[in-house]
Amino acid sequence: MQTTPPPDNGSDQLSMVVFSGDFDKILAAMIIALGAAAYDMKVNLFFTFWAINALRASDKKAKGKNFISKMFGFMMPKGPDKLALSKLQMAGIGPALIKGLMKKQGVASLPEMLKTAGELGVQINICEMSMNLMGFKKEEMMDYPHLQYCGVATFLSDAQDSKVQLFI
Amino acid sequence: MSTAELTRIKSDKVVDARGTACPGPLLAAKKAIGELETGQVMEVYSSDEGTKVDIPKWCGKMGHEYMGVVDSDSYFSVFLKKA
Repeated sequence: MQTTPPPDNGSDQLSMVVFSGDFDKILAAMIIALGAAAYDMKVNLFFTFWAINALRASDKKAKGKNFISKMFGFMMPKGPDKLALSKLQMAGIGPALIKGLMKKQGVASLPEMLKTAGELGVQINICEMSMNLMGFKKEEMMDYPHLQYCGVATFLSDAQDSKVQLFI
Repeated sequence: MSTAELTRIKSDKVVDARGTACPGPLLAAKKAIGELETGQVMEVYSSDEGTKVDIPKWCGKMGHEYMGVVDSDSYFSVFLKKA
């Protein structure tokens, strides 16, 4: 895999808002993002609200949280391996079945896709406002080579220069 | 190109993406094409049916020449020439 981000060649860009924290929707977002990277498009993903759960590191903790933030953090999925399906969740049986099928059929796992995205220079932006709302802190996000925290202006600026804009 | 013509081609690079599903074969092709010189031929093995449609589309956008596909028993080979 190439290690440097593809050159910024104007409109050959994909900007995607990743809002849903559902396993299946994050999977769709990552497949589109990797496909776009294969087209040498510059890819900007804007993770906001529930999708931010997918970027939490399972082995990291943040200090100095208030009670509500701690509760939020406890009740929501911690990382890409803990996400729930939008359908057929069945108290955790659904995701286990899907992950088994994915492995069998040679579909990369979410953690693998995130790793590949990092290698291909896919930019991941985290909406700072919604991250703060949910009580998450930067130090509990996963290590990703092209990660930054931003607001809506960054998304709009990138989206205006993008041929493809999506909201998932 | 016809199947007979394609099977006679000696590829400069063979990428084995068998067993991986979308977008595995595409990413494998993207990774490997960087190692080729212009005009060299790459062959991608895939067992993912969607690849037969995806790789020609990708070639069209990226400017590479899609040469054709040869079916084998449980997989197929997609041939393309780097632009």
